[in-house]
Amino acid sequence: METTGLDLEATRAMLVRVAERMEESKDHLSELDRAIGDGDHGIGMARGFEAVRLALEGKSFDSVGSLLQAVGTALMMSIGGAAGAIFGTLFRGGGAGLRDERAFTSRALGRMLSDGLAAVTARGGAKPGDKTMIDALAPAAARAQALADAPLAEALAAVADEARLGMERTKQMLAATGKAKTLGERALGHADPGAESTHLILRYMAEFAASAAGRRA
Amino acid sequence: MAHKKIINDPKRVVPELIEGLLAAWGGRVRKIGDVNALVKAELPKGKVGLLIGGGSGHEPLFHAFIGKNMADGAACGNIFAAPSPDTVLAATRALNGGKGVLFLYGNYAGDNMNFDIAAEMAAEEGIRVKTVRVWDDVASAPLPKIQERRGIAGDVFVIKVAGGVCATTSDLDEAYRVTARARDATRSMGVAVAAGSIPETGAPTFELPADEIEIGMGLHGEPGVSREKMLAADPLVDKMMERILADLPFRKGDEVCALVNDLGSTTMMELLIVNRRVHQVLAAKGIRVHDTVIGSFCTCQEMAGFSITLMKLDAELKRYYDMPADSLAFRKV
Repeated sequence: METTGLDLEATRAMLVRVAERMEESKDHLSELDRAIGDGDHGIGMARGFEAVRLALEGKSFDSVGSLLQAVGTALMMSIGGAAGAIFGTLFRGGGAGLRDERAFTSRALGRMLSDGLAAVTARGGAKPGDKTMIDALAPAAARAQALADAPLAEALAAVADEARLGMERTKQMLAATGKAKTLGERALGHADPGAESTHLILRYMAEFAASAAGRRA
Repeated sequence: MAHKKIINDPKRVVPELIEGLLAAWGGRVRKIGDVNALVKAELPKGKVGLLIGGGSGHEPLFHAFIGKNMADGAACGNIFAAPSPDTVLAATRALNGGKGVLFLYGNYAGDNMNFDIAAEMAAEEGIRVKTVRVWDDVASAPLPKIQERRGIAGDVFVIKVAGGVCATTSDLDEAYRVTARARDATRSMGVAVAAGSIPETGAPTFELPADEIEIGMGLHGEPGVSREKMLAADPLVDKMMERILADLPFRKGDEVCALVNDLGSTTMMELLIVNRRVHQVLAAKGIRVHDTVIGSFCTCQEMAGFSITLMKLDAELKRYYDMPADSLAFRKV
């Protein structure tokens, strides 16, 4: 299965590409946040992923874990607020168990998402159904665990789809935490911006893996 | 129409307000590197450091409460967003004189996470940190869930006591104990009559019909306990005092400090009329007022409304509360 994974340099290139695409998603994410938050989610995420890009460009890393932790640290220190803590924790926690991995495989993806989910849950205390990024992350992590032996591009595409479905389901949820909690039923019909960010990160990883697999074929 | 704010660039609000604070302080406070953390220029050695902080946009909280027998430093985020862990950590390092640092801030998810992460990083560097979260807003959760309550203007009294104890002790556990007691003796409640707006978007933080008020409204527009038709000052204060007094509860013979806080654009005229009734209610209950504080301390942009805070005193809290203090936002002789 090693041949279906990405080596360290390709993994770094994937994360730089994810950062560029997240920066381009700024207005889309802010628009979602205007409906149920204070309208700055896209601004914060764009600032965070710009910091990620600067932290990864021209650098080399000795493991998948150290790469992911560099992503998490850059997000955490540049975004601030709850989003910085949560997305920073996703990558820092997700990288903790991958410090000996030198390739990003489907198995590593599963480990990253399940460890990241555990870290985010421990930090933020939100549960599934609270209308947060966990509603996209938890089903994505479960799907990744089930696809640990699948080719990476295939696994990432399926995991991103699962995250999108989770994000869509947040439209039917009342917010139990964060500033959207204040809206009560007015939050219905609107997706959680953090769930959409989670979906997009995985979607952009899947896009990169698909084009890398295409180049190899 | 968007509220007319006297600013330059909405993206430069936080750095420019910090430049204004530094100018006002004339060298007694300095900024750390490129993060939004301010600390005293001269930190006494061998005592516990007191670090406060939270999102910006609530001025004069938090930066303007640094000073003699007040906070030693403040870590502030963007408008209504918690400071990042590196901002908190930079301030923590600066404040640690070998005796550890007490974190004191309002109980909000973003603040809790970012300050906790910073505390873990500080621990890895061998710096001891203890944390007191202020949860004084009685409207934000029922008493059995007090740890889910938000921190509002009660921050002011807890900072005052914490500033006193941290200035005089080298024992972090003692600073924590007294500060937590001050927090536990403090109760607040607010009412909003009109919304404030966010500088970057100009959007109001909530919608409120012209003839309605929201009792218990939070500092970011979080919903309160009831939305009602506009009331006169006395019946409004009576409703708020009833909840505040019943919560601790405050009893006949107690001695309190009282704070009537403007949420952003309520006049001193109105605050004084509110304070008149607060004192009448307390007198009728047989509760003695040791000190009264009135003004703008904990705000939500141009939100109109006010909050009432009471802190029940005992000999220990009174000793620290009564220490002279000198900060831009709060002075006591």
